[in-house]
Amino acid sequence: MKRLSACWIAALLLGCAALPAAQDTRRSGFAEMGASTQAMQRDDAGNPAMLWVQDGEQLWRATPANARACAACHGEPAAMRGVAARYPAWDEGLRRPVNLGTRINACRQRHQHQPAWPAEHQELLALEALVGLQSRGQPIAPPDDARLLPHRARGEALYRERIGQLELSCMQCHDERAGGRLGAALIPQGHATGYPLYRLEWQALGSLGRRLRNCMTGVRAEPVAYGSEEMVQLELYLASRAKGMTVETPAVRP
Amino acid sequence: MARTLIQLPATARRGEVIEVSALIAHPMETGYRPGADGRVLPRDIVRRFACRYNGELVFAAELHPAIAANPYLAFHTVATDSGTLEFEWTGDQGFRQVERRPLQVT
Repeated sequence: MKRLSACWIAALLLGCAALPAAQDTRRSGFAEMGASTQAMQRDDAGNPAMLWVQDGEQLWRATPANARACAACHGEPAAMRGVAARYPAWDEGLRRPVNLGTRINACRQRHQHQPAWPAEHQELLALEALVGLQSRGQPIAPPDDARLLPHRARGEALYRERIGQLELSCMQCHDERAGGRLGAALIPQGHATGYPLYRLEWQALGSLGRRLRNCMTGVRAEPVAYGSEEMVQLELYLASRAKGMTVETPAVRP
Repeated sequence: MARTLIQLPATARRGEVIEVSALIAHPMETGYRPGADGRVLPRDIVRRFACRYNGELVFAAELHPAIAANPYLAFHTVATDSGTLEFEWTGDQGFRQVERRPLQVT
């Protein structure tokens, strides 16, 4: 009897020890990279994405004809601290969820009376990188907005939907097979923590949208259009999936 | 004007070995890749990088088509006197960029 209760106590103790196993198992792509690529991201003098940030700082202060500069309304770029960590968010003017790029373009059209930049435009990426950098080190904090819920749910459905000639969903690689290999490349968990980021494969800065379209082409599906509802919905779901992880913008990835 | 990221300490002790790094925005087009129209894109690379410390050449490198876009170079030099480090990149299609950074030696 005494032995039995000792067993019980041992089991209880083990159970308690096992409790912290519910800890966060999410890993940023940063943790999966080689040491040299990690060093590149850590060192602001070696991270080529900082070239775009430099451009962004100039654009921030540049005054377009008959309009005000970003700095005239928002002040120093540091005032944008925490903003990028919230996006995608609901936009009152457009009455739909928008990502940071669309939001910057909306500001440009509404307040600067300039034409919107096309997707992946270098100047748009530069401003995105500058605004994103201000949130570096902060936790990703998707807004608690009821209007976003149906879009986030749709994003999750898209994440789970098998697409393309290869009939693969995002989930099958990035949840079920994360840590495995696709050819020589390691499959990351797919947390969008550092966009826009400098990808060595692109030799340039690119947005999350570009990366998503990349993956879709990879499974031979028709990629969703830049700025489309589906793209923002997927981005919304990815942000909620990475909630609480650290913003790394502008990151470097292989 | 190309953009650059240059890092070196603002001050150093005499005789101290300092690390200098220089990165420049450049496409480093190899000259072997076809463009959207199927025609081979002309080569456009940085051919040579040189760093002069108060006029004296302390580091130089020749670059080739296999080097990635936005080339990054880091090297060491001995801090001798206060003065200026001059960074010069030259390349195809008349590309030339010069940047200067001060160094205070105590």
